[in-house]
Amino acid sequence: MTASTEMLAPPTAPGPIAWLRKNLFGDMFNALLTILSLTVILFGSLAILKWVFIGADWRPVTGAPLLYLIGQYPRDQIWRLALSLLLLTFLIGLSWGVWEKFVKAFAIFLGLLLGVLAIIPLETPTVTLGVRAVFLANPLLIYLGYRIGRLQLVKSQHVVTLWLLVTAVIVLALLPGFDSNPLLPRVPTTAWGGLLVTLLLAVGGIVLSFPIGVLLALGRRSSLPVVKVFSILFIEVVRGVPLITILFMFSIILALFLPAESRIDRVIRALIGIVVFSAAYTAENVRGGLQAIPQGQVEAAKAVGLNNFQITALIVLPQAIRMVIPSIVGQFISLFKDTTLVVIVGINDLLGIGKAVLNSDPQFVSLQAEVYVFIAAIFWIFSYYMSYASRLLEKALGVGER
Amino acid sequence: MTMITGVHTRKGIPFWRDERVLNAAAQVISAVIVIGLVYWMIVNFMEITRQRGMLLSYQFLKEPAGFPIAESSIPYDPTMSFGRAFMVGLINTLRVSVLGILFATLLGFFVGLARLSSNWLFNRIALAFIEFHRNIPLLVLLFLWYFSFFSKLPPVKASITLPGPIYINQRGLYLAWPRLTETGNIFMFSIGIGILLASIAWVVLRRRRERTGKSTYFGAVSLGLLILAPTIGWFAAGGTPLLVGIPTLQGFNFKGGLRLTPEFAGMLLGLSLYTAAFIAEAVRSGIQAVQRGQVEAAKAIGLSNYHVLSLIVIPQAMRVIIPPLISQYLNLTKNSSLALAIGFQELFAVGKITINQAGRAIPVFIMVMATYLAMSLFTSLVLNSYNRRIQFIEK
Repeated sequence: MTASTEMLAPPTAPGPIAWLRKNLFGDMFNALLTILSLTVILFGSLAILKWVFIGADWRPVTGAPLLYLIGQYPRDQIWRLALSLLLLTFLIGLSWGVWEKFVKAFAIFLGLLLGVLAIIPLETPTVTLGVRAVFLANPLLIYLGYRIGRLQLVKSQHVVTLWLLVTAVIVLALLPGFDSNPLLPRVPTTAWGGLLVTLLLAVGGIVLSFPIGVLLALGRRSSLPVVKVFSILFIEVVRGVPLITILFMFSIILALFLPAESRIDRVIRALIGIVVFSAAYTAENVRGGLQAIPQGQVEAAKAVGLNNFQITALIVLPQAIRMVIPSIVGQFISLFKDTTLVVIVGINDLLGIGKAVLNSDPQFVSLQAEVYVFIAAIFWIFSYYMSYASRLLEKALGVGER
Repeated sequence: MTMITGVHTRKGIPFWRDERVLNAAAQVISAVIVIGLVYWMIVNFMEITRQRGMLLSYQFLKEPAGFPIAESSIPYDPTMSFGRAFMVGLINTLRVSVLGILFATLLGFFVGLARLSSNWLFNRIALAFIEFHRNIPLLVLLFLWYFSFFSKLPPVKASITLPGPIYINQRGLYLAWPRLTETGNIFMFSIGIGILLASIAWVVLRRRRERTGKSTYFGAVSLGLLILAPTIGWFAAGGTPLLVGIPTLQGFNFKGGLRLTPEFAGMLLGLSLYTAAFIAEAVRSGIQAVQRGQVEAAKAIGLSNYHVLSLIVIPQAMRVIIPPLISQYLNLTKNSSLALAIGFQELFAVGKITINQAGRAIPVFIMVMATYLAMSLFTSLVLNSYNRRIQFIEK
């Protein structure tokens, strides 16, 4: 034991000074870069803060907050939207209780968002105490749903059934209403607008395009030449043209190919355009996942006696879709952003309402920056949250860990 | 025992369980559905066109268009044909796309590299740029830039002046820009010859080096040719084949130099910033995909920092970067159709006016879609051949 057994002390965590030296002032160039960056950040944020709190005139936004949320939906029928919102938040709470980690972050985010909206100090006659009460009720309903969902007797299949039932009732009956029904009079989609339409188009587009996209992906890899050729044609043509041409086709050209007496609602037409467009992209993403499934999986499934349908539905698709979650979420984010294009075919989504507000009052004529910054902020929060949630989902499902 | 024989004789399988019959049936059914749907739509279309007296011919392309187009690179006025107007729109699309691709690539690589900087603050600024642009819709970004900046520029007399000189006012951006004189064609020709010779020299000398292993100075030789040919051309043209036009205020307007309309400038800026954010992410992930061991190994055998980058990191990173880069270029080209919303008249906008003016929705629409489709197919062709080439040298 002549050699020293004394061991070196373990490296200590670098202190703040060491961190600064390493990351900001490593050498001359780095120090210069730091000073330059600091200047940019300082002046940039000063200018932005000054504009937001002093320079900007927020009247076009604060004057009519409900307009941005629901458009021209008749104010005496607003209880229908309130009821829909309450039902949905309750269901989200319920799902949180049943599926725990997948929904938790979203439920908390939504509850906080709606709670904050309820107490924003805005002095406008349109935001009545009733509207605030509805918003404030949402976080409570989410929590209530969560407690109920935690109960043993609530099974996940109950919640799924409830989701299907409630969304069908809301979309088919509660929102549009019926002709000559005194309780639920018809509200034409020309009156729908704002975030309501944006979210309907986005969620409707995502939900409807996903199964079609999966079918197209399977079709493209099918061994049947006819199915394969049709799928490839559809996917490549749709992916080769801009979304605006597809929206335009469905809102204007499609009428020339349908019987003269048939009339499809214009929001539905825009939705079809979005679904067609998104399905082609989903198909390509899912195909990437399908290609990555080793052939051995299929052979093993055949060996245990599964038929083709079972192999696809139980073995191949679950693995393939899990693998492509990041790219699918990315595509859904771009779908959400792309819904703004419906402005060009004359639908009053969030952006369309912004334009309408600017045109409504000659005083607002030079306040475009305020309105579009506000709209950009809304889109930013939703999109950023979606990509954040996708990272959580990837972690929960262990994507890329196998 | 009976069961086993049952499985082995083909006779035992009823036709509704026979895979070949099922496959054939599935094909026939899907073909019937698709063809039936198309047939039904064509019947409806014939009925409607008969009622409204519309024609499905391209004769109208020769008729005078009758609408003005605000900016055009080729001579155009409303008395010219619809076909000419379509060309103007196509050229405008290509112009904004090519310039947009150029700027987006430069900015995207810069921001992507900034994201890898060890300087924490610089890194965060790049991150903020990316996160801002990736999470808002392009249309909102375009509206923001166009309606709150480019449509509110000062009048000509109060132009914003930037060094260059660049003048910015409500009529557009005025830049100093080279302009060809009468002898300019000779000079342009010599530039073309120079590029041709330089690329031949590059390919031939590089191949020779790869074959023999001897240094052939292919970079220096090509560069020399690239400079030499235009120099000869310059003097062959008798000097000054090229003059730099500087915008000067004459009366109520600027003359000389290059004018970009506010619509074009807004579109170019919005498209470039938006696409740059996506390119930056592709660049970052491409460089991060190069394993650390590669860099360490290169340093261990004594390569300089420059050679580590140029011989080891960049060639491997480019393999990962280029496919998403090309699909971003394609997205940018398709996104240029949003110019309609801020009044820049490119392919789609011209198509839409033509539909209103000529009343030929279907033929015009087919032309517009086919043009975009051709651009996309061309790009995927390039992408696929590139992918095949790099797969050869896969590790």
